[in-house]
Amino acid sequence: MSLQTIFICAAASAIHVAIIAHKPEIESLDQAIGDGDHYINVLRGAETIAGMTDELAPLAPDEALNKIAMKLLSTIGGASGPLFASFFMGMAKTIKHNGGSNYLDIAAAFAAGVQELIKRGKGKIGEKTMLDVLIPVAHQFIFSAIENKTKEEICIDIKAAADKGLESTRNLVATKGRAAGLGDRAIGHLDAGAKSCQVMITEVCTLSLKSNN
Amino acid sequence: MKKFTNNVNHMLTESLGGFEKAHQDLVSLQLEPTFITRKHKASNKVAIISGGGAGHEPLHAGFVGAGMLDAACPGQVFTSPTPDQMLAAAEAVHADKGILFIVKNYAGDVMNFEMAAEMLPYQLATVLTSDDCAVINSTYTEGRRGVAGTVIVEKCVGSIAETGADLATCKALGDKINAQTASIGVALTSCTVPAAGHPTFEISESEIEMGVGIHGEPGRKRESMREADVIVKDMVDAILTDLKPTRGSEILLLVNGLGATPLMELYLIYNTAEKLLTQNGMTIARSLVGNYTTAIDMAGASITVCILDDEIKHHWDSPVHTAALRWGV
Repeated sequence: MSLQTIFICAAASAIHVAIIAHKPEIESLDQAIGDGDHYINVLRGAETIAGMTDELAPLAPDEALNKIAMKLLSTIGGASGPLFASFFMGMAKTIKHNGGSNYLDIAAAFAAGVQELIKRGKGKIGEKTMLDVLIPVAHQFIFSAIENKTKEEICIDIKAAADKGLESTRNLVATKGRAAGLGDRAIGHLDAGAKSCQVMITEVCTLSLKSNN
Repeated sequence: MKKFTNNVNHMLTESLGGFEKAHQDLVSLQLEPTFITRKHKASNKVAIISGGGAGHEPLHAGFVGAGMLDAACPGQVFTSPTPDQMLAAAEAVHADKGILFIVKNYAGDVMNFEMAAEMLPYQLATVLTSDDCAVINSTYTEGRRGVAGTVIVEKCVGSIAETGADLATCKALGDKINAQTASIGVALTSCTVPAAGHPTFEISESEIEMGVGIHGEPGRKRESMREADVIVKDMVDAILTDLKPTRGSEILLLVNGLGATPLMELYLIYNTAEKLLTQNGMTIARSLVGNYTTAIDMAGASITVCILDDEIKHHWDSPVHTAALRWGV
């Protein structure tokens, strides 16, 4: 297997559908401890990228990822724009280098994307943000790929890591993002950014299991 | 939700269209990417650019004009603008003396302006405003939020830039004012983001949110509604605890409406705040009352105190000709 642009396009469409399906959850989480714009921003990004299939299809995977990054940067705004854009830029750079020709290559690219995102947002694990999902998923992806697990096993591992990471945000005090002013009042709520990342990652795993990528 | 809309997705563009037409002697609007500039480009000065999510009007577009901003980049409602807007605005207003970004301290605004700064080939500096003393600065927070004190920074930095001051001097004045300014807000009701269609947070008739942010972010604590003098005293106390002004200080007192509180109540707040600050030994040398940094349709108000010196007073008093602030012209 290797990462194909056609899979990237299919993932974009699947993510768009999944974000809409999870609207009530994402929206109510952000309203509880955020400022209520996270769903709209993520939807705007997902919708835009899902609508770019014709533009993306002829490109190499790394070019497609870069194009997605630039488009997200100019459409999402807020904190999500630069963060998601940095993720895709980091991923594109690594895919260009390693070709994304096996699961370990893709795992390395995912991790590089997360690393760029960390640099941009100056965040770390345990701050009640999307990193509480992304960092454990990046670790798990590499661990599972390096053990030469099957696609099915890798997907199960990744989904479990995403679920666990999301759940870990419930009892955290937010120290980043707009919930940071809340102190103890944020305890008991999941983070909306972590939730939307978990939804996207789960969706891409589901899609992968149904396809040959 | 009951608002004047045609299609929520077009609200910002339609509103900016009206803004440009109503102030066509002062501003020009560009779309895709969206930014507002002065009608007539200024030369031989540091270009002052600000921006932020829509919903805080007149911030920032209302402050574009002679004596204040060169350009403003509005984002979607409560959402930071994007780097392509700042790049286009910078190209349009750059006048060979560098560019100063004035950015309210929110993760999104900071990151988008930072990415634009990395892409621009010009001499560039940023003033981050963080006057909201409701958020205690500690290792557990992202730092204080920028709220209504931003207006004072934009006015005075805009003024010093008109004198031909260099980039470092403009930034230094902005940083100084930010350090000498503290604000705190209180919400009586929530606000409603048009695209969401329902209030951002729940609050009962008998409650207030002390320390609310300009996006309806919760603040210090949920309290019971009391008479105005008691609420204003808590706000003034929070500001004095934070700023620790020496007795005899001259200050600028800004009472800002958050969108749905009438001037009658804002002046009532001013009346009490003025009395309390005077009792604490302050001299209120300058004042401003009105809706300058709003949170869409939130009922509520913020109080801002800026400790003055001769330099700040001079730049506050200098002529300004914008849609929302106009004096000396």
